[in-house]
Amino acid sequence: MPDGASQVLDVRDLNTVFRTRNGEVHAVNHVSFSLKKGELLGVVGESGSGKSVTMMSLIGLLPSPPAEVRQGQVLFDGRDLLQTDADTLRDIRGARIGFVFQDPMTSLNPVFTVGFQLREPLKRHMGMSKRAANKRAVELLELVGIPDAAQRLKDYPHQFSGGMRQRVMIAIALACDPEVLIADEPTTALDVTIQAQILELVKELRQKLGMAIIWITHDLGVIAGIADRVLVMYGGQVVEQAPVREVFKNPQHPYTKALLETIPHVRGERAERLQVIEGQPPMLGDAPTACPFRTRCPQAFERCARENPARATISPGHDVACFLAGSESADA
Amino acid sequence: MLDDTAKNKLIEVHDLKMHFPIYAGIFRSHVGDVKAVDGVSFDIFEGETLGLVGESGCGKSTCGRAVLRLYDITGGSVKINGQEIGETPQNELRKMRPAMQMVFQDPQASLNPRMTVEGIIGEPLDEHTKLNRKEKLAKVHELMDAVGLNRTFSNRYPHEFSGGQRQRIGIARALALNPKFIVCDEPIAALDVSIQAQVVNLLEDLQERFGLTYLFISHDLSMVRHIADRVAVMYLGKIAEVAPRDALYADPLHPYTKALLSAVPEPDPDLTTEDRVILQGDVPSPTNPPKGCNFCTRCPSVMEICRQSDPEFREVLPGRFVACHHFNENTNAT
Repeated sequence: MPDGASQVLDVRDLNTVFRTRNGEVHAVNHVSFSLKKGELLGVVGESGSGKSVTMMSLIGLLPSPPAEVRQGQVLFDGRDLLQTDADTLRDIRGARIGFVFQDPMTSLNPVFTVGFQLREPLKRHMGMSKRAANKRAVELLELVGIPDAAQRLKDYPHQFSGGMRQRVMIAIALACDPEVLIADEPTTALDVTIQAQILELVKELRQKLGMAIIWITHDLGVIAGIADRVLVMYGGQVVEQAPVREVFKNPQHPYTKALLETIPHVRGERAERLQVIEGQPPMLGDAPTACPFRTRCPQAFERCARENPARATISPGHDVACFLAGSESADA
Repeated sequence: MLDDTAKNKLIEVHDLKMHFPIYAGIFRSHVGDVKAVDGVSFDIFEGETLGLVGESGCGKSTCGRAVLRLYDITGGSVKINGQEIGETPQNELRKMRPAMQMVFQDPQASLNPRMTVEGIIGEPLDEHTKLNRKEKLAKVHELMDAVGLNRTFSNRYPHEFSGGQRQRIGIARALALNPKFIVCDEPIAALDVSIQAQVVNLLEDLQERFGLTYLFISHDLSMVRHIADRVAVMYLGKIAEVAPRDALYADPLHPYTKALLSAVPEPDPDLTTEDRVILQGDVPSPTNPPKGCNFCTRCPSVMEICRQSDPEFREVLPGRFVACHHFNENTNAT
């Protein structure tokens, strides 16, 4: 991909392996993608597809052992994060790359006030005094729409509702004005009406702050509403990458197509019977030598079991890891 | 599925209440109640699926469990096949359990990890039938076939199965005693998107084959639209709206239903989200519900009367029940 200047993050050929008692698990295999300035990149996939592990690998959040990032490059601001020492990485994490985790209940520390947890990155990364940090913390809570912010700094996480806690998490991630925000299933644990609030908030914050966001989710509906570009992951690999409209209107990988067909809709036509992807996701025990989706793919043929298809560009910005992709788009 | 036989009411729930007491202080004195289910009424016709939707904490699971009398209910009546079970003591209920079964949300937690699949599916048979070992095994195998599990796996333990297969074990167990009525409490919430469709299709096939009646509890509005014939929307312990599926999704009447439906993100990037109703704030605590209509704190079209009195749950159009003052006015006017 050209246009290197506007990229904030460039991931090349990332491989992460977990060593377990029962052998290795190849959780991330040859994952490459880039993130442009101010862009919202959606990452979709089922559980076990490697989407969270990929993002945790980027910023060194995986415990090692058992995890081992075997290969790859993560270029951020001219340096390879995988080669960076732990101290420098800690300075980047939190300050320049923010992270929002899935479950706001378990990722906030229950024995410290929200104010303490908001001030912590400000003091650590920005060297603010307690007073300055406090002022900034109030601003941040107001930014994410928590009423009565100054008062609520003294509250503990359990005194907030689920949606409010997720807002606190977002406020902490935004504390040091990061260039990149990685949000791992940030609305999955929330109700739909609260999810709608958070999605509106994120859209608003993007316009105000203009940071690049990686948004991990399994919910295609959420992706359709907020993403600019989408990565579809399956079996530890990126199987399709395209602008959001392309993914929904012109999906090329059989997995993406099947996934779009299995989900029922709230509006429009109601299907009499749901389409099904037969079988189970792969186990990832060995390094992949064949297409991970072949056992569930309706169009699999003999070559799929022999080789793992590489991602090939079929139109600008749209690439697919499937032997059939190019030929079909030629027909269409 | 609304032919003549379907008109028979299998389940009749009237003014069901399930309150959990709160005790506090050193004397553990009774200081209040969590009104998880607070006056809920609905019927389920034979052979149909009633979807029960709502946000977490609205009392939908408690409602499902109370209908099966897994709790001793605080008030109201539950009739199954015309027989009142609201007051029946638990030891007598046990004899009626074969007719009413449950599929739980988390197949990891609801299957005993120390029992084999054969043991799990066979346990209700031990309890309620007098089959000998051979007959029992034959029945277990038959059930495994019915839910699409390989018979040869009958000696395996739950951890050896994937989430979707575990849910199939839970379904087979619920089917073991040929029930009429099954409460499915978020049966697909813990499963991956591609596996959800498999389980939902299985539930539909089994319904057709065995003439089952479902109460399908879920927070997933799009899946409920797919599986349910009629839908009940719950909010803070009460039912806001009950309507036939197509009518509810095409033209929701209650402001909460409208907001809930518009909050569901649709997997289509071309859809505009301009006309979305975004609710402000959170669900109030069921310990201390607001005065008047329980939705008045978040309702975009709240009126003065909503803060004063609780709207009556009434039929405003044939088959459509709503608890909202807006419709009381309309019906009064016409």
